[in-house]
Order: sequence, then C-alpha cells, then structure tokens
Amino acid sequence: MTRATRLPISRRKFLAGAAAVGISFKIPKSALAADGKVNFYNWDTYIGENTIDEFEAATGIEVQYDLFADNDELFAKLRGGNPGYDVIVPTNDYVERMMAADMLLPLDHSRIPNMKNIEPDFMDPAFDPGRLYSLPYMWGTIGVGYRKSAVDEAPTSWNDLLNSDKYAGRIALMSEPQTVMQMAFKAMGKSLNDFSDENIAAAEKMISDQKPNIVAFAPDNGQDLLLAGEVDFAMEWNGDILQAMDEDDDIGYVLPDEGGLLWEDTLCIPKGAPNVENAHALINYLLDAQVGADIADFVYYATPNAAAKALMSEEYTGNPAIFPSAEATAKSEVSVYPGQEIVRKVDEAWTRIKAS
Amino acid sequence: MQDIRNRLGVFLAFSGPTFIWLVLFFVVPLGIIWMYSFGENVSLTEIETTWTLDNYRRMLEPEILQLMGRSVWLAFVSTLICLLVGFPMALLIASASHEAKPWLLLLIMLPFWTNLLIRTYALLNILGTRGRLNQLLEWLYGWADKILNTVGLNHLGILGDGFTPLKFLGTQSGVIYGIVYVSLPFAILPIYSSLERMDKSLLEASMDLGAGQWQTAKNVLIPLAMPGVVTAAIITFIPALGQFLTPDLLGRGQVDMIANVIERQFKRANDWPFGSAISLTLLYATFMLLAIRSFNDAARARRTGRS
Repeated sequence: MTRATRLPISRRKFLAGAAAVGISFKIPKSALAADGKVNFYNWDTYIGENTIDEFEAATGIEVQYDLFADNDELFAKLRGGNPGYDVIVPTNDYVERMMAADMLLPLDHSRIPNMKNIEPDFMDPAFDPGRLYSLPYMWGTIGVGYRKSAVDEAPTSWNDLLNSDKYAGRIALMSEPQTVMQMAFKAMGKSLNDFSDENIAAAEKMISDQKPNIVAFAPDNGQDLLLAGEVDFAMEWNGDILQAMDEDDDIGYVLPDEGGLLWEDTLCIPKGAPNVENAHALINYLLDAQVGADIADFVYYATPNAAAKALMSEEYTGNPAIFPSAEATAKSEVSVYPGQEIVRKVDEAWTRIKAS
Repeated sequence: MQDIRNRLGVFLAFSGPTFIWLVLFFVVPLGIIWMYSFGENVSLTEIETTWTLDNYRRMLEPEILQLMGRSVWLAFVSTLICLLVGFPMALLIASASHEAKPWLLLLIMLPFWTNLLIRTYALLNILGTRGRLNQLLEWLYGWADKILNTVGLNHLGILGDGFTPLKFLGTQSGVIYGIVYVSLPFAILPIYSSLERMDKSLLEASMDLGAGQWQTAKNVLIPLAMPGVVTAAIITFIPALGQFLTPDLLGRGQVDMIANVIERQFKRANDWPFGSAISLTLLYATFMLLAIRSFNDAARARRTGRS
C-alpha cells in the first residue's frame, strides 16, 4: 500500500478523549454524600433486602458492602492489617481468636443505644464478657437436616451419621474440620470443646472408618444435596436447612439427643477502621427493632434482638428449627476457640482423614 | 536484529515498566512466600523467619506424601488423556480447510471464556447419579433391555437386574474428568501450533518413498510434532497438580489433592509457613521439569546441529 490511510480521528484526539472518559468515571459517590462512608464486610445473603438502602437514606452515610464466604477468609483478610473495613461479622469463636490477636476495637456502648433491645441472656457471654468487642447479630444451631419420607423416625443421635452403617451412602457432612470433629466428640458423649489428644485420635478414627458411607464433605451446600435427593441426611446450619424446608416440605431439621452446636454471629469493629463513628452508627441501626425484624424475616435465622422478635410472626417465633426447645438447647454447646496448637492438630488429623 | 547496545535507551524504556511490574508483583511476593516457608508463627498474625527447615520437614509426613502421590498420579493420568484426545483433535484442525480452521479453533476456545467455577458446576449436573450422563445411559439400557426382551434373550441376564448408575462424583474418575475438561484447550493449542508449522511436504515425501500412512505417522509426523506435545504435556500437568476446586466440587471432598491442603493452611489452619513450604515445593518441581526440558532441547540442538 503506497498511500497512507488517514484515521477519521487523529491519534492525539483519541488519546485525549480516552483520558477524559477515564477521569469522568472516577468521580466518587461519596463526594455527593454529606456524611462520609462506612465499609461493611458481611456474609453473603445475610442482611435484609432493603436494609442497606434504608440505612443510606436514613443517615446519608454511603455503604461499601463487601462479602466473604467464611470466617477463615475474614481472618485471612484482616490478619495482615485491616484493609479498610469498618464493621465485620465474625462468629463467636473467631471473635475470641481476634481478641487474642488484638484485632478488634472496643465498642463505645454510649454510641449504641439500641443495645437495650438485645435479650439479656446474650449480654454477658463467656467469649466476650460484658460485650466489650462484639454485639450479637444472629444466632443458630448446627444439627441434622433430613428427608422425612426416607426414614421412619427422625435421626436421634450423631452416631447415626458418624458411626454406623444405618444410613450408608446417604450422608453429607460439613467440610469444616473442627466442626465435624466436634460432632464426633458429641457422638462419643463428650463435650464439643474437649480437644484432648485421645478425643482427637478417636474422632479421627471414627470419621476415617465412616468415610466409605459418606457421600460428600459439603462446603456449605449440604442443603442443595438434600434437596436434589443426592443425600437424605446432611449436617448443616439450621438456616440453610430452613431455606431447603421452604422449597420442599419433605425436609426436616432436628438437633440430635446429644445436642448440637450453638453459634452466634456478631458485629465488631476491627482495629484500623477508617470510619469509627459511622461504624457505630451502622451497628446501632442494625440493632433497631424494626430493622432487626426485617433482617430476621429475610434471612430466617434466630434473632437475639428481643424487640425485633416481638415484632415477628408466630410462624417465625414458634418454628423449632429457628428457636429450638429448651431441652434441645440445654444439651447444645457454644464452641470455644481452642488455640492455635489444637487448630494445627485438628488440621493434621483432617489431612490424614482426607488422604486415606 | 539490531544490537541491544546501540539502542540501550529504547530497550530500557520499553522493557522497564514490564520489568518493574514483574519484580514488584511477582518476584517480591514470591520472595515473601519463600521467606515464610522458612519461618514460624510467633503469634496468631505474625510470622518470623527463623530459617527453620521444620515446614519442609513436615512435608515428609505420610499423609502429605500420600496426597502428593495422589496429586501426581491424577495429574499424570489427566495429562495422558488430554494428550491422547488432544493430538487427534489438533491434527483434525491442522488438516482442516483454511475457512474452517478459525471456526474449529473458536469451538475449542469458547468454553474457555466461561468462568472455571461455572464450568465445573455444569459438570456436577452432568456427572451426578441422576445427572445427564446417567440419564442417557439409563435410556440406552432401557432400549437394550427392550430389544433383548423382544428377541427373547432377556432370561440370560446379560444386562443384570437393573440399571446401576455410574458413579463419577466423589471418585477419582470424576476428578480426572473435571481436570481433563478444564485442561483440554491447553493441550490442543500447542500441538496444533507445532503441527501447523510443520513442513507438510515431508509427509508427502515419506508417502512417495513408499511408507504407509501409519509408518509415516509414526516416523515422521509424531517426531516432528514432539516439541508441541512436550509443551502441551507440561502446561497441562502443572496446573493439574495445583487443582483444588475440581477435587472439592467433583470429588465431593473425598478426593483431596495437595492444593486442598495448601488452601487449608492459609485459611482454616492459619499456618502460612507450612502452606508456603508446600506451595514452593510444587514450584521447585515445576522449575525442575522446565530445566530438564531446556537441557533436552539444548542436547537435541547440539546433536542435530539445528534448534
């Protein structure tokens, strides 16, 4: 080609135009908001449908809403230094871990008047006496979801899932090493916090022997396997099974006789949070009665907020899968953070189980 | 090619940013991980590099060796299958007409543009006990049964009592299926590229001189395509070694590979030094494979007098 082709736009104009477009995208929303922003790091699908929008409208604070999949991801993100989160939602044993690692900011209770809405039972737990670093968000249990038509009676013991051939080829366990071991301890009649060497070895043997009978170690999707009919029994969080129960009436949830695990998700402010004032405002908002009720209505886990619970329907408050009976709760235990050394022993045992 | 020395300024200007990027975002982080692998946890969040060999020593524990062995085996089988399936496919594309070639290549590349997670979930749908594959087999079984019935041979019980679905999920076969599915484009493209660049007239010459098709393939085609095959093998094997998603989803947590252990160290077990040591061991193995390949290439070049 001898004649040079001319572009309709000259190169210089094109680059200038591209730069202008690039810059125009950078005008941040917070320049428009009057009161700044808050960075909220939460579990997926763990908030009401409109809660964030309503908070932004009510306070003028812009919310940067990020999601994490599990406590380990949250901890791994924060351990190298807070990348800028203001409010996080760790589970009770991770609150302990973070307190031990000095990663949390003490809460200023005077800026959270809605604290009074919380059930008195939740105000002085062993993992955070006096609620200096955390406030409760949701609580629940870990038990067994099952397909009612597949059994004559609901499973009554963890041994049915962990120690017997009764339901061979129809069981799904969780993929969390510590939780599965804790249920093995329960099956043995021990406390789920008793991480002695004998217990760990016995649990390792029990789970290894049971491996051929297990269909899957499900990473948080046991309820999907249950719904699809791939398994008839799934060790799962109660909220996940409740979602499945919503879609399929044939699914039930039960806490075995030995008891299950009681967990509590909490709201905390990590050290190094850039917007401490707004973080407190967000936490206060989430503890409001109506807001709490909206969240509970959507998420369908148990709310520790007495004022919110008072606004909920009978269908919610009377549901034994959400609010288990006193006897069922009495035998269930809260998981205590066992310390790094035991975490390592549990992981090594788990690697041995998985390698076999 | 112009001498670099003459145009040093230009060379630095162009390669500078890339070099800086490579150092900042590749060498430095890897260096940090390397230091971690010789370190230990001094608190829940801090690691101190004490130049201990403890983390590497832990890799000699039986369960880690078992998982390494399993990972190497699964990666090896997957690579073999990829090569056996990929070579004919690459040959097909290389021999296709000029117009058809881009379309065939597109067919290979298109699934690549879908996210890995979604493709693996799709396999869950196909390989389950009530998945599409087993539904197809059940349907075929039904037909075979019907035919045997009409012919009157069903009492022989050739087909057994009933249809038992094939179990893929939760077994090694399921994981291999997943790895092959995900790695196949990696295998096909280098082989295709080396077949494409091959001098076709050599094949014609071989046939003209009396060699049959199979002899030509064995003695001319495959040796000439070998560099592409070796590249394909390496870039299939190494990612396959590091898979953790496929064993988790398709293996249903029952077929853990070494990368699952690494993932656990960085998350649940909070043991970054150990995780770093395992990761770097995989890296050393990769470097060794690449080094062996370079030496082979250099030796061949010296032997045959051309590169």
